[in-house]
Amino acid sequence: MSSDELIWRIAGGSGDGIDSTSQNFAKALMRSGLDVFTHRHYPSRIRGGHTYVEIRAADREVQSRGDGYNFLLALGDSFARNPQEEAYYGNEEIKPLSENLDDLREGGIIVYDEGLVSEEDVEAINLEERAEANDWHVFPMDLRSLAREHGREVMRNTAGVGVTAALLDMDLEHIEDLMSDAMGGDILESNLEILHEAHDIVTEEYDFEHDLRVPEGSHESQQALLSGSNAIAYGAIDAGCRFIAGYPMTPWTDVFTILSQNFPDMGGVSEQVEDEIAAAALAVGASHAGVKAMSGSSGGGFALMSEPLGLAEMTETPLVLIEAMRAGPSTGMPTKPEQSDLEHVLYTSQGDSQRVVFAPGNIEEAYEQTRLAFEIAWDYQIPAILIYDQKLGGENTNVDLEFFDREPKPDLGSTLTEDELREAAHDNSGKFKRFNHEDAENGVSPRSLPGQKGGRYLATGNEHSPVGHISEDPDNRVAQMDRRIEKLESIREELDEERESTQTYFGDETADYGIITWGSSQGAVEEAIGRLNENGHSVKGLSVSDMMPFPEQEVTEFLESVDEALVVEMNATAQFRGLLQKELGRFGEKLTSLLKYNGNPFEPAEIVEGFEVNLADEDREPTAQVRIEPAAGD
Amino acid sequence: MSAFNAIGEEREIDRDEFTPGVEPQPTWCPGCGDFGVLKSLKQALPEIGKTPEEVLTVTGIGCSGKLNSYLDTYGFHTIHGRSLPVARAAKLANTDLEVIAAGGDGDGYGIGGNHFIHSARENHDMTYIVFNNEIFGLTKGQTSPTSPKGHKSKTQPSGSAKTPIRPLSQSLTAGASYVARTAAVNPNQAKEIIKEAIEHDGFAHIDFLTQCPTWNKDARQYVPYVDIQESDDYDHDIHDRAEAAEMMRETEDVLNEGTVLTGRYYVDEDRPSYQEEKSAVGELPDQPLAERYFDDDVEWERSYDLLERHT
Repeated sequence: MSSDELIWRIAGGSGDGIDSTSQNFAKALMRSGLDVFTHRHYPSRIRGGHTYVEIRAADREVQSRGDGYNFLLALGDSFARNPQEEAYYGNEEIKPLSENLDDLREGGIIVYDEGLVSEEDVEAINLEERAEANDWHVFPMDLRSLAREHGREVMRNTAGVGVTAALLDMDLEHIEDLMSDAMGGDILESNLEILHEAHDIVTEEYDFEHDLRVPEGSHESQQALLSGSNAIAYGAIDAGCRFIAGYPMTPWTDVFTILSQNFPDMGGVSEQVEDEIAAAALAVGASHAGVKAMSGSSGGGFALMSEPLGLAEMTETPLVLIEAMRAGPSTGMPTKPEQSDLEHVLYTSQGDSQRVVFAPGNIEEAYEQTRLAFEIAWDYQIPAILIYDQKLGGENTNVDLEFFDREPKPDLGSTLTEDELREAAHDNSGKFKRFNHEDAENGVSPRSLPGQKGGRYLATGNEHSPVGHISEDPDNRVAQMDRRIEKLESIREELDEERESTQTYFGDETADYGIITWGSSQGAVEEAIGRLNENGHSVKGLSVSDMMPFPEQEVTEFLESVDEALVVEMNATAQFRGLLQKELGRFGEKLTSLLKYNGNPFEPAEIVEGFEVNLADEDREPTAQVRIEPAAGD
Repeated sequence: MSAFNAIGEEREIDRDEFTPGVEPQPTWCPGCGDFGVLKSLKQALPEIGKTPEEVLTVTGIGCSGKLNSYLDTYGFHTIHGRSLPVARAAKLANTDLEVIAAGGDGDGYGIGGNHFIHSARENHDMTYIVFNNEIFGLTKGQTSPTSPKGHKSKTQPSGSAKTPIRPLSQSLTAGASYVARTAAVNPNQAKEIIKEAIEHDGFAHIDFLTQCPTWNKDARQYVPYVDIQESDDYDHDIHDRAEAAEMMRETEDVLNEGTVLTGRYYVDEDRPSYQEEKSAVGELPDQPLAERYFDDDVEWERSYDLLERHT
């Protein structure tokens, strides 16, 4: 068993405090000097249902979940439905134990709450036999009684943490500190008692021979543990966004919540409204009146935003939308990640509508690209969309605190002041030429704001003249259309020539094979490439963030330099590969897809295996639940 | 100093200022009631001291949506049914703006019905004018949410089986704090009602009867009309919700029998506007948000200062 990393999985029912316990435990590991990465698996239910959080901790950078895991704390599901009856969903009480066994590595540790999970049930799943075969170390503990004795039953999770710390020979200091930060009074006291009692029972009463320990590490600078949703929200704050409108939908709700909680103290406004059509329309209205505004949703809600999105494009109203993908189609699997809304986000809304789309690959990129989206949207007066997923939004990792020590950039881009408006072009009646194709630079014609003197014009979703009057004149139509299209070309130019690339590269430049991916699959691909090269392969990687305008030059160079490339994405229809081929018009024979759409993100080993199976060109199938979609002509 | 100096400007205002200097050829048919709304607005705005550049007129889609093509204020001609959410947000973004939303009966009571209910419920400080001609005009005469039962059209060839919507009653129930009905054929009343609606602090809804001479020929021209405040036959208390509800119901019932009742139906001056409510819970800044971006004294908050909770 690899002892250079701990992958701790805490499993229970929704409502058993899995989230908060894991958050604190991850922070304790981070404070001890380790890099951490969390992965959350949960059902679309308020109470009960099998849920777990996995924390991977190592003394080196971790950018992905690992392959399987090595420590299970199975609390059992205290909110299980009809646990005694045979229902189609089976005995739920034991699921946090039974459902997690397949991924547990050889030599791993199992702690389960024997206060909740009955002996007969444990016998029924042949735990003893399987433990022997896999060299697992099993520690049944009555966590429930322990929690009840010193506090309340829900504190079972604290008991579990105490047991974990004892079995891993881990210092309790950071855990105690975090508990003291989070609670006080009797509750804190009970929790501390439970923590120590559990810890002492293990150290005093159990003999253990396993060699799994918490790795030792140290950080050179202070770290912050945060999620992709945090990073997006913080990017928006630092870009000067002070208006958000939304309607709850998993998983986009996280960003909406974070900003709603922070805006009142920052002079900002948050509006929860009647539906997503209204949400996007409100963001357009606020932006029109001069505020940096955003909205967002997930698949179904984003579908409702199609028409306001097109309106923003046609009226050249700056706008940032975020789209948190989840498994579809339709309601799909609300709490499971998937990268299957790419085409939806790129092409929704009627006509030749255009927008900017970024797909960040990790938490730092989520922050950077949110800022970039605002900057471009307000400079070029165009909608910019950040597309991410339940995986990136929900996973937590540590980032250098100093990464965020940055200046805010609230300026309104190509918006005029009243002084500037006096110098600007007007028609004979004094109407401002808001959509002036004659003097536009890079396709951008500066805008005014309602209430400004000398800036009066009409914004309309119809085709319009320079002052905004509805116009179907062919010459004007072509001039306006060309000018709007020019904006996207100018943005590509700016991204290529004036800014650091938002694409991420891995491996040795001279490698023969490529793996190309996008968005949140980036971390697993990065790790897989490292291992493939250790296995003797010659592989490099490219993770693309600019979905529109597409970085044609960079991707072409990458694909020209490799013999073949594996395109890794979490969907069933190879949407990103389709985009590559549409944008580049070639390379079809070089691109094989590795697809996963079972509701769980890629593990690095699955990518390693997929690559090797494809390369061997044999008639064998990957063992993982993934699909290989051969290159054109194969 | 404000970055929006058109707002609150004190000067003589000529009603011609609201007519675009380069006036587009109206797409409205001769005799269309929509001219009545335009005319009353052009009269009302200068009389209450509003200049063109402190007003934002937000419209939906349909004949009514062309209003801001012919009314020279800041304008936003949006998409079908969505004038209200756009207008609401503009008002929240810059609370000093005078925001007027407008659309047709299909736009406001049909496709945008959800927004109508919630905008009234929340009592946003704005005016909403619904051009009600009981028909879809721009798409050439289909049955609309306010068309009378039995109304025949190309899409309801045997006559509509649906009872029309009750716009006034619905507005009251949803929470609007000013509800009136006027008609294009009664320009003086319309002007006065528009002035009151704009000056009202809260959601002011005007159901504006606008005859469609082209597609609704068998409908009334809304004459003769009765002003319920002027008539001796009616004397309900506009501050009394129950009496207002009764009066609205009767008005909606008799319209399809040929009696056109108009006037003020409900006025609640005590209900705080949404802006006031949101401000009271600390979720709307005192300074209009749009000013912040031009104010050099503002220290912009940074996410860096929020990070302690993550360490």
